Amino acid sequence: MNKYITAFYNDEEDLLKGLKQIKAKGVNVADVLSPFPVHGLDTVLGLKRSKLTRVAFTGGAIGALLGFGFQAWVFTKAYPLNFGGKPFLSVPSFMPVTFELAVLFAAFSMVFAFLIHNKLGPGAKTVIHDERITDDRFLLVINLDEDDDPHSIEDVLAEAGAHGITLKKQN
Amino acid sequence: MYVSPIREPLIKGSKDYSQVTKDILAPMAGKPSKYWYMGITLAGSAALFGAWATFMTVYYGIGTWGLNKTIGWAWDITNFVWWVGIGHAGTFISAILLLFRQRWRTSINRSAEAMTLMAIACAGFFPLIHMGRLLLGFFILPYPNTRDLWVNFNSPLLWDVFAITTYLLVSLIFWYIGLIPDLGTVRDKATNKIRKAIYGFLSFGWTGSARHWSRHETVSLILAGLAAPLVLSVHTIVSFDFATSVIPGWHTTIFPPYFVSGAVFSGFAMVLTLLIVARKALNLEDYITVGHIENMNKVIIITGSIVGIAYITEFFIAWYSGVEYEMYAFINRATGPYAWAYWIMMTCNVITPQLFWFKKIRTNLVATFIISIFVNIGMWFERFVIVVTSLHRDYLPSSWTMYKPTIVEVGLYVGTLGVFFTLFLLFIRVFPVIAIAEVKSVLKATGENKKDHHHE
Repeated sequence: MNKYITAFYNDEEDLLKGLKQIKAKGVNVADVLSPFPVHGLDTVLGLKRSKLTRVAFTGGAIGALLGFGFQAWVFTKAYPLNFGGKPFLSVPSFMPVTFELAVLFAAFSMVFAFLIHNKLGPGAKTVIHDERITDDRFLLVINLDEDDDPHSIEDVLAEAGAHGITLKKQN
Repeated sequence: MYVSPIREPLIKGSKDYSQVTKDILAPMAGKPSKYWYMGITLAGSAALFGAWATFMTVYYGIGTWGLNKTIGWAWDITNFVWWVGIGHAGTFISAILLLFRQRWRTSINRSAEAMTLMAIACAGFFPLIHMGRLLLGFFILPYPNTRDLWVNFNSPLLWDVFAITTYLLVSLIFWYIGLIPDLGTVRDKATNKIRKAIYGFLSFGWTGSARHWSRHETVSLILAGLAAPLVLSVHTIVSFDFATSVIPGWHTTIFPPYFVSGAVFSGFAMVLTLLIVARKALNLEDYITVGHIENMNKVIIITGSIVGIAYITEFFIAWYSGVEYEMYAFINRATGPYAWAYWIMMTCNVITPQLFWFKKIRTNLVATFIISIFVNIGMWFERFVIVVTSLHRDYLPSSWTMYKPTIVEVGLYVGTLGVFFTLFLLFIRVFPVIAIAEVKSVLKATGENKKDHHHE
């Protein structure tokens, strides 16, 4: 059974200020749930830069190679057709399809990676801590270990101006 | 924080975050107004007219159209290019303006992208129906078959298949990824159990976690980076359908940039036509302000001027080339039997947008609405002029002829307009028309109330 504490702010500037104070006291904030991306939160929480860009690049490269390779194979090996004496391997006219497939593969591989990495998807079961986090609340989630003292953490949160401090349990 | 005194706030009125949620979700709640029912009846009837025309075309064949052996492309390709062009504004707003960090786009990107998707769907219909046998439409895809034959990768028409398909799919995921957080908002605000379950499913279990947001921003940025060259490639490839041929009036290198700017031009006109009505009908005047309309009008001036210069350049190059056929094609456009179409195009596309140089006109909603309709009409005629006047008189005078659309062709066009407006009316009932999370993220830096907040 996991124990955790949630508390919220009503404004992103108060959130950032409070969060810095809480972190300075040595409390480890597991996550912040917010209605929109708060700039500066990544650095305070120590989040690393996303590697999704690499997935996009790899996907795009695969798409481009596949697109070009397939066209080259069709026109030189599978069924070479003579179009007005032009070369079978006519690189410039393979470019549009190569480009489109690169974009298609890059976009889809990245979006799938994004969903899988976040464990989001059609019908995904996630915990909604507070229904107002998609409206106007900025919620902190603090996971508790066996030896953590909930009261002292609650005091730190209260001091940092957080509202609605509650201790919750999850199976 | 320094607040610029000159810049108008993007969102009008003192609003907090929960007010933004309420305002934007309001059009989805309750029963639709009687205007909505009137609109959907009208659009639905137009779509039914299109369904009849589609039936006639599939049942009796392309003979029900006004095409002949000289003019093999006419309204169908005109409509195809017109619809693809309209779609370009949505991607321009959501991708290119994102890369340029234009924050005013947050109020209009959602509806413009939705418009893109509907416009591409309408566009894709025309090449398919032109095949006459819709059920054999899959022949355009390279799939292994018993004839051992593949598609022709040297053909711009085949490039179109890939470009339009990629464009539709990438626009769709770009739009949906942006929608996920807002669908989470709809889910959390839903009071009805079934509604909650449906939007819970559609929102992919969005939690608003800082990690998810950070990745969401990366994904949006990269998708914008991918969509920006994609949108340019799509209309470039559409223009190749003409430019790689040997027909006078088509065989010109100016086509790709000229088609792309024409596409953005007509797309912004359609966004304006839709949003000027929608902002009023949905009470979103504080979000889609006159400032937004003015910015879009500035894009119209730029792209309209590029289109105007392209028309004049084409004319000049036709004369300068010294090619008899090319010269005749252009003189025929301006003075021949289709001169009326040419001059409608010139008036609507070159002259009317220049009126936006006057601040009074570009900040006037009625004037903007009227001009946006003119641009829509003008851009339709541009494609008609390019397609039909170039074909009807080419190298062999004995083949010269005229073209007139039949009621079936009119039905197909009106039908796609009906489908487009039906889908748009459904969209405003089912999805938030404005990107809620994105508007909230610009509210603080640019909203009115925050200026007061800092003086306290």
